[in-house]
Amino acid sequence: MDKYIWLIPILPLAGFVINGLGRNTLSKSVIGAIGSLLVLIAFGISALAFFQIKSSGVPINVTLFNWISVGDIKIPFAFLVDQLSSIMLLIITGVGFLIHLYSIGYMHDDAGFGKFFAYLNLFVFFMLLLVMGSNYIVMFIGWEGVGLCSYLLIGFWYTNASYADAAKKAFIMNRIGDLGFLLGVFIITAVFKSVEFATIFPKAATMIRGDSMFTIVTLLLFVGAIGKSAQLPLFTWLPDAMAGPTPVSALIHAATMVTAGIYMIARSNILFTMAPQTMEVIAIVGLTTACFAALIALTQTDIKKVLAYSTVSQLGYMFLGLGVGAYTGSFFHVLTHAFFKALLFLGAGSVIHAMSGEQDMRKMGGLKGKIKITFITMLIGTIAIAGIPPFSGFFSKDEILAAAFAHSTTFYVVGVITAMLTSFYMFRMMYLTFWGKFRGTHEQEHHLHESPPSMTIPLIVLAILSAIGGFIGVPAVLGGHHELGAYLAPVFEASTKILGEHELSHSTEKTLMGISVLLAFIAMAYAYFKHVKGGSLPVGDEEERPALTNLSYHKFYIDELYDTIIRKPLDFLSEFFYKVVEQLGIDGLVNGLGKGTLETSKGLRLLQTGNVGFYIFMMVVGIIAILVYGLIKI
Amino acid sequence: MNSIANTIHAVPLNHYILLSTIIFSIGVMGVLLRRNAIVIFMSVELMLNSVNLLLTAFSVYRGDAAGQVFVFFIMALAAAEVAVGLAIIVMIYRNTNSIDINVLNRLKW
Repeated sequence: MDKYIWLIPILPLAGFVINGLGRNTLSKSVIGAIGSLLVLIAFGISALAFFQIKSSGVPINVTLFNWISVGDIKIPFAFLVDQLSSIMLLIITGVGFLIHLYSIGYMHDDAGFGKFFAYLNLFVFFMLLLVMGSNYIVMFIGWEGVGLCSYLLIGFWYTNASYADAAKKAFIMNRIGDLGFLLGVFIITAVFKSVEFATIFPKAATMIRGDSMFTIVTLLLFVGAIGKSAQLPLFTWLPDAMAGPTPVSALIHAATMVTAGIYMIARSNILFTMAPQTMEVIAIVGLTTACFAALIALTQTDIKKVLAYSTVSQLGYMFLGLGVGAYTGSFFHVLTHAFFKALLFLGAGSVIHAMSGEQDMRKMGGLKGKIKITFITMLIGTIAIAGIPPFSGFFSKDEILAAAFAHSTTFYVVGVITAMLTSFYMFRMMYLTFWGKFRGTHEQEHHLHESPPSMTIPLIVLAILSAIGGFIGVPAVLGGHHELGAYLAPVFEASTKILGEHELSHSTEKTLMGISVLLAFIAMAYAYFKHVKGGSLPVGDEEERPALTNLSYHKFYIDELYDTIIRKPLDFLSEFFYKVVEQLGIDGLVNGLGKGTLETSKGLRLLQTGNVGFYIFMMVVGIIAILVYGLIKI
Repeated sequence: MNSIANTIHAVPLNHYILLSTIIFSIGVMGVLLRRNAIVIFMSVELMLNSVNLLLTAFSVYRGDAAGQVFVFFIMALAAAEVAVGLAIIVMIYRNTNSIDINVLNRLKW
């Protein structure tokens, strides 16, 4: 197995090269087949690796070649597939394959079909590199690569200026995070004299907990995670990233890339465990983001925007889990979220496909009977994200909430309220889209149709996974064994030893579960009465809204705030540098020199009278001057 | 050979220097004051040759043949210069029917 592990990332790369070169010559079916099948083969190999690790319990560590070797520091290009990365591999290649399959149908009429698959394959390659790297540097290559692919795919329809702007926004915001990540890696290199996970982590476990070095390093790494995983204050790029094609939103901006931050923290869990202050910061940032994004999602009218804010909110949950030390729970949520959020995005894509490109929920409604498969699968996804048992979201979310409760009651209360909000806005989306009367144009109604099988099959598979995915992590209180937790235990062993297991009595845990399920049902019922029975609809863009709704609808004016405190001063500064320093200063100097030379020569040129006798005279004067000078000098 | 050197030594070095200076100055004045291109040309030759004379004198007084070698170089150069210079003067004459340098005041800007 170890010998073939390098094939996992190489296959999508090969797909990128073939599809990239043949994007204009190969037929669409060939491109689609190459793109999907290579990812499927990678999935097969990943599955083999997973089962090998599951049975042997020994991580696979393969060094391909020595990459950089300077002084004491050796950076091999090496892959590490352990319990954590093997699951990530399955998510990336598995969900990735389904989304490739879906894209064959979704992108069928797009002129950039070949380009799209090439980018998608490239993304899968970089994402695999990110999770497989056995050191921070290989991880960083993947980290930057997925950022690039995200940029390329958000701006896939780059002829639309606002889409291209969204791509730039995502890229720039990610750069801010990447800087933090890079600085963190630099400090790690300086302190540990290595970038290899296998060297750093055991060494870190023996050091003093709470050392300020750990706090600084982990805070910097966390800044990287904030950027990549769209947390406050760098989350605004993710909703804008919905400009990309829907499969991209599903793959990159819901299932895989945005969870890279969580993966990175889970991977370096021991460093974070050693820095309790950072853990607190992570928990607070995660919780705030979760609540904040959920509040915004309440009033959005664009179906993809609702899902985007929901993604930000769910990522916040994962960070809350990390912050309170529930690494397993957090990673469990990454897994289940990958299923149900990919499902919801693909479902939304199917709705948009059926609605001839319409994304505004105010113009949908009554689609329940028209696109049955999409409806049922999306309903499963919604139930899963709302945290209603026995669907997958319930188990993972509940594990995080239980850990939050053990850490601090305040965290739990905010978390559970956010869960209620989640249930509300998700069911609101469902009711607005699928219930009630059709509100679109006549042509759209005429054109309504279920998507082709290449799109519905991924929906069905993901729906099944969303429904039953939670059973790999059934907690002991419900009579399960939490197989995922047992499988991941070696990765988090050192941290668990330091943090200790959070001890909640079974009755407390049952109460907590009861509360969150009850609240989810209440929210669902409220949404039902408001939007189905009451028939209430979000009002048009121009109409008056109540103050709080208005605030939420306009995303708390965060974009405007950034515009005022960052973009405007920067613009002003650029203007100043352009108008004053550049135009007056530098241009003035350069042009002044040129003009000065010109003016001086205009005067001096008059000395050239054309009188040869005068020239000779001047020559003699010159010679005498030189002679006199020589004489004086001696 | 010795007798030539002795003959030269019979006149003190100062006199050679003075003679050269005088000839050189005549050359300079000629260049500055005359307007006939050919006369100016001859004055230039005069200056060159005054230098030659000086070089030879120093060469002999110092017993170093290098100075005389230089003289041959200068002569060769002067010959080349004369060839080019006279050619220019001939062309000027064909164009302006004159060799007065003041006629050439169009050589500007």
